[in-house]
Amino acid sequence: MTYEAVIGIETHVELLTRSKMFCGCPTDFGAEPNTNVCPVCLGLPGALPVPNEQAIEWTMSLGLALECVIAPHSVFHRKNYFYADLPKNYQISQFDLPLCTGGHLDVDAGDGPRRVGITRVHLEEDTGKSTHLGGSGRIHDASGALIDFNRSGIPLMEVVTDPDMRTPEEARAYAQELRAIVLALGISDARLEEGSLRFDANVSLRPAGTDTLGTKVEVKNMNSLRSVQRALAFEIERQARVLDSGQPVAQETRHWDEAAGRTESGRSKEESSDYRYFTEPDLVPLVVAPGLLDRLHAGIPELPAARRARYVAVGLEEAAARTLVAGGLAELFDDAVAVGASPRAAANWLTGEITGHLNRTGIEPEALSIDGARLAELLAMVDAAEISATAAKDVLAGVLAGEGSPREVAAGRDLLQISDAGALSAAVDDVLTAHPDEAARIRGGEGRLVGFLVGKVMKATSGKADPKAVDALIRDRTGS
Amino acid sequence: MDPADLSIAEAGTRLRAGDLRSVDLLTAVRRRASMTEAILHAYLTIDYDGAMAAAEAADAALTRGEDWGPLHGIPIALKDNLVTRGLETTCSSRILSGWIPPYSATVVERLRRGGAVVVGKTNLDEFAMGSSTENSAYGPTRNPWDPDRVPGGSSGGSAASVAVGSAFAALGSDTGGSIRQPAALCGVVGMKPTYGLVSRYGLIAFASSLDQIGPITRTVADAVTVFEAIAGHDPSDATSYRGAYPDPRADLDLGVAGLRIGVVRELSHDGIEPGVAAAFQATLDALAADGAAISELSLPSTEYALSAYYLIAPAECSANLARFDGVRYGLRLPGESVEQMMSASRRDGFGPEVTRRILLGTYALSAGYYDAFYGQAQKVRTLVIEDFKRAYAEVDVLVIPTSPTTAFAVGAKTADPLSMYLSDVCTIPSNLSGDPAISVPVGLDEAGLPVGFQVLAPALGEAMMFRVAAAVERLAGLDARPAMATSEGAA
Amino acid sequence: MPVEIDIAKVARLARIGLTSGELDHYAEQLQVILEHAARVQALPTEGVVPTAHPLPMTNAVRPDEVEPTLDREEVLAAAPEREGPYFRVPPYLEE
Repeated sequence: MTYEAVIGIETHVELLTRSKMFCGCPTDFGAEPNTNVCPVCLGLPGALPVPNEQAIEWTMSLGLALECVIAPHSVFHRKNYFYADLPKNYQISQFDLPLCTGGHLDVDAGDGPRRVGITRVHLEEDTGKSTHLGGSGRIHDASGALIDFNRSGIPLMEVVTDPDMRTPEEARAYAQELRAIVLALGISDARLEEGSLRFDANVSLRPAGTDTLGTKVEVKNMNSLRSVQRALAFEIERQARVLDSGQPVAQETRHWDEAAGRTESGRSKEESSDYRYFTEPDLVPLVVAPGLLDRLHAGIPELPAARRARYVAVGLEEAAARTLVAGGLAELFDDAVAVGASPRAAANWLTGEITGHLNRTGIEPEALSIDGARLAELLAMVDAAEISATAAKDVLAGVLAGEGSPREVAAGRDLLQISDAGALSAAVDDVLTAHPDEAARIRGGEGRLVGFLVGKVMKATSGKADPKAVDALIRDRTGS
Repeated sequence: MDPADLSIAEAGTRLRAGDLRSVDLLTAVRRRASMTEAILHAYLTIDYDGAMAAAEAADAALTRGEDWGPLHGIPIALKDNLVTRGLETTCSSRILSGWIPPYSATVVERLRRGGAVVVGKTNLDEFAMGSSTENSAYGPTRNPWDPDRVPGGSSGGSAASVAVGSAFAALGSDTGGSIRQPAALCGVVGMKPTYGLVSRYGLIAFASSLDQIGPITRTVADAVTVFEAIAGHDPSDATSYRGAYPDPRADLDLGVAGLRIGVVRELSHDGIEPGVAAAFQATLDALAADGAAISELSLPSTEYALSAYYLIAPAECSANLARFDGVRYGLRLPGESVEQMMSASRRDGFGPEVTRRILLGTYALSAGYYDAFYGQAQKVRTLVIEDFKRAYAEVDVLVIPTSPTTAFAVGAKTADPLSMYLSDVCTIPSNLSGDPAISVPVGLDEAGLPVGFQVLAPALGEAMMFRVAAAVERLAGLDARPAMATSEGAA
Repeated sequence: MPVEIDIAKVARLARIGLTSGELDHYAEQLQVILEHAARVQALPTEGVVPTAHPLPMTNAVRPDEVEPTLDREEVLAAAPEREGPYFRVPPYLEE
């Protein structure tokens, strides 16, 4: 039986505001436990929430970037459940009137474009952090827990997609693109390993060609883009095996175990939660003021999709554009082109040698010792034949190793080519004089002997001569 | 006159004239408390050391020529659901026994900045849920007019202390009548502001969309003074009103000539005790004689207000009280798991009325029942608001008896929750609408128990409300004080 | 008209560990109160917008600025159980 996978993703984004969602406590990481707290985020009796205007605007900006409808009237709700690190035992969130609805994000995993519908983007508050004592650090065998409320109340944006993805690759591409947009907007540092960006996926299978939805399983704990892809690939295969054996898929939450390479069943809940949502009476509705959306629109920088389109328009291949944008090399590219580098040449070096270097060393693009100006200089030197194309690779290696600018490295490593006709004349004349027979035969029409003489000039100049210039000179001298 | 029986206005005059000091006022209050507390139990916590320090500071400032406002040096009591830093705050519940808050409510800070001397924290029905102060985990407060009777609730301690003179004024909170009803039963003035005019930051929440803090005083003029000291926008409360509103004092002495006064038909006849009805009618007659035009209006949705309230308030309180779980503060019972710990602590910490309302509210919000109960109640609320709006197009104020009965006997209504809830039928509608209302004592019934007359005004209509209340007070000319209000024999 | 109440479920949702005797007692009382409260269903409310707030205010927000925090010792002094700088609780059953 062939199955089609139906995948939706919920993403939580921690916003980089200075203060928390509903109070003025600082949001900095690494503070001593329980020092970034106040009556509001501790849930003390009598405390009241007041929403962070920046968090609201950033959420609307992301909604605009995702082509959503921004709700003219939006409200907060209480989501009621008991949990020790949720101080009020309700979370202030949004229910049926979220800030943004009905958008989309186009992704391409290599199989062609997929439009992923964005159901909603809403705003809520994070909980405190529990550390489980003893045992493995997991809940199951703990002897107790310690709670730190520093993260209680941090603004969290939640982005929910329609179940539009069909493959793990598409899911990863979506996750990557959403992350790139969030980073471009500057609203989060979006680090999966640190939890400032969290992906949960819902995946179900159905027989290929049908359109009723199967039982969906929630998958959590995917802490890298690679995990998203691997976890979904595993889960799809697992569900297929279950269905093939004639069993139904259990509706449950499963956790991805990166080390073991599989999803595990989570603790099943006794009864599904009844969150008893009701409008938050301590807050008043949010209404979009005239001019706000225009101002937010104007503040949105060039987004990844637009950037890729711009690169294709100046002549790059789709794949190259994608690599530049996804690899964080777009700024470098733009800078190089701005000072005269040819787009295609710059892209070749960036997606080739430089990306290879990044992969080998694992450093971030910001840490590279080459900037746009230096890349443009390298390319200009190759164009002007100051260095050969082969030598250019060595020069680049030297620049990346921190030896200096391309010119400095070429000089330092003695890679500068001699291509000036005047400088080469003497060498060429010497070789012609030393090989009169070959010279005569070339004059007689044996053009293929030019290469032999070029080789002699190269040897005489210890390889520094520009072979093309030598070739041209020889032909010129021999009238061929 | 014993200083403890002065009004704030009179005390303020004498403080500035130099013939009384704040310390003298506090000493008088202390003497009165020592004579009455054994029977009355109005206070849960009295902080004489802190109060004395504040009184001395107030006196020193006055001597230096500083004047911090009309409450400078005046001893005030605070209902124990107002958070006070460093001073135990319990909400009359076991679940907060011994809790010392690390911050103070905005209204408390405003009073302190104005030089008020905080005497202590007064008794209430647990978490402000009740109409008699019998639901306190620390024992009931008694009515100063007859100690076998209740002072009303939930702000029973605040009303009793003002009635008896162990405070010059007190702050209470009103969600369904909890300032006005005890004020009526204790023969003092109690006022609930327009929702949003007084910050709720630091008021331990019962029902967030209904709760308001307000003054309990011996005169209408004093109520204006305390209201002015606590009202005004607070950025820490997102439901705090940001706009301008008329000066509440501006029209105080204008009288009622030419004003249109509407009696709410549905709440002023059925179920009203004869003594209350008689005092109510006498007041209407006096207002008419003084030049007001009295009419009767029908606000049909107010018959459903009680039912709507008993869905909305418990629903909001079920969420507001979820934070009492033994994790960060308050009572904690042992448990093998955190879930068990929470369950046991909450069972032990909450009294029966609070438990009842949490269960009721949880039910009203739960899946499958939301639309029929909570959802429907919020629609009824809209209808009540519309009825009031229509009424205020025809009259300047509405009037109702504050409570259908005078003070009832301790234990008389505790067996049947519903009968207790019915005490609030005259006060609940203005909590649903968010409009201001005030209770003014107008007389004593045949048993010598006080009767309260209630004036309701449109939202932000405090100036009109106080104007009519002042006239009612003047016309009633009530001079009586409870027999307990004496310091004779005090040590 | 009797109202259906699964009192045990309600008590679980409310995290109050009542005994079965207590549950019965409250169930009876809730029955009476809810029947009275259910009177709201008698009013025709088609087309009526529910009121969530008595005052028509919007956009009460605050700028993204840091304000003073509480002193940790004062906060932890109220903790029923603390361990160093943390609040301590018994082990969790649920995720």
